[in-house]
Amino acid sequence: MSVTFMGYVRPDGQVGCRNHVAVIPSVTCAGDVASAIVRQVAGTVGYFHHQGCCQLPPDLDRVTETLISLGCSPNVGAALIVSLGCEGTDTDRVYESIRATGKPAAVFRIQELGGVSAAIKAGIDAAQELVMEISGLTREPVDISRAVMSIKCGASDTTSGMASNCVIGYVADKLVDLGAAVIFGETTEFLGGEHLLARRAVTPEVGQQIYDIVNRMEARARSLGCDMRKGQPTPGNIEGGLSSIEEKSLGAIVKSGTRPIQGVLDYPERIGDRKGLWIKDTPGREPEILTGMAATGAQFMMFSTGRGAPQGFPTMPVLKVCGNPDTYERMKHDMDLNAGRIITGQASIEEIGEEAFAAILALLSGRQTKNETLGYHSSIDIYTMGPVI
Amino acid sequence: MEQAIALQVNDLDNVATIFAKGVCDGQVVTLKDKAGHTRPLTVIGDVPYGHKVAVDDIPAGGSIRKYGEQIGVASRAIRRGEYVHVHNLDSMRGRGDLPEQEGTS
Repeated sequence: MSVTFMGYVRPDGQVGCRNHVAVIPSVTCAGDVASAIVRQVAGTVGYFHHQGCCQLPPDLDRVTETLISLGCSPNVGAALIVSLGCEGTDTDRVYESIRATGKPAAVFRIQELGGVSAAIKAGIDAAQELVMEISGLTREPVDISRAVMSIKCGASDTTSGMASNCVIGYVADKLVDLGAAVIFGETTEFLGGEHLLARRAVTPEVGQQIYDIVNRMEARARSLGCDMRKGQPTPGNIEGGLSSIEEKSLGAIVKSGTRPIQGVLDYPERIGDRKGLWIKDTPGREPEILTGMAATGAQFMMFSTGRGAPQGFPTMPVLKVCGNPDTYERMKHDMDLNAGRIITGQASIEEIGEEAFAAILALLSGRQTKNETLGYHSSIDIYTMGPVI
Repeated sequence: MEQAIALQVNDLDNVATIFAKGVCDGQVVTLKDKAGHTRPLTVIGDVPYGHKVAVDDIPAGGSIRKYGEQIGVASRAIRRGEYVHVHNLDSMRGRGDLPEQEGTS
């Protein structure tokens, strides 16, 4: 029997589970105008990042490519690019690349329009038109193999590796077996478990790539000459019982399931039509990894937590799976699924895994997550490599 | 009162995780392995929910294992039953404060 969900099929063939107009400041300096537009026009969401100028060329290129990928996300029906006019990002390339997917897009420059108030007026008018243009799009049934799931754990404790991450691992395996794509990241949280991941790589080259990204991340962490504990694991992780990055990592990688790893994606890279399990090279911090995963083209994220992480993302619904039974009770308005029942012995990983799979199908067809209903979705920023200069 | 459980997730592990509140120094908990076999373990030190205890004696510098893998080394000798955390477990990764580090690849 085929498994389907109701999605928005985009002109480029990607399938979305939401239908937003994304307002994209091409540089942090255009953020206030973008924010005014989003406040006024229903149906819009903003990517309020803090990059785009006074950075070295590789980072500027990275920001440009990430903004393109975010605009190309299948959950974005149309995009409005807000430029200041003198930024380091390539605003024309952002606009043209998003337009090339066939979805409606518009761009304007604050300096050209005569300042903030004029730009807000023009932006509201343009956003309104885009919302009206895509608001009539309807969902249609599509096979589950069109799903692209991203996964992450945050605010972890020792229940994460024994309950909620196991549930995500179960769902990841199931989706891969159904022909869908699954992406995991948090390269920092491979430290101590990278040999287990490299063993699952489809080729020795992919295995080496896994070691390379881990070594690069570790070198970055070591460059300040200190023990990285408190940075990773965080004080909250330590209070939750995680004693080292190795312990955190070994619990974290459980969520990638057991299937072969097809390759490593660069931070701004889109998954396109590729299937199976992939790694995206990202840090563990929420704004940067959520942004990287949305840029991949993930329609949604399954997010495991023990201590209670409430974050969402503007265009990518985030489904929270809580491994700690006490946290779930305390934060049930933020947590979508209770995997704490595994810790208390009331349910098996498979039982909660099947419950999670049903929740995913509902989410993909339009059911909102807790953080969507609360509008808790400003966890966004672009992971850059060099200094701000 | 039901005895608290200390869960050993892999047979190679020398620590187990306690998912019970308020386990105190001297308390006897039930050590449970992956196959469900149980034996008593006397806890040394107060152990918060979700934290670990040693299943065996671990010498200073000895490997500490969970999930069947090394999660750090003992910064001092640890006795069977003793609370294991950042005070007696050293991470070996991301240590910019240590002079040289073995590559893993």
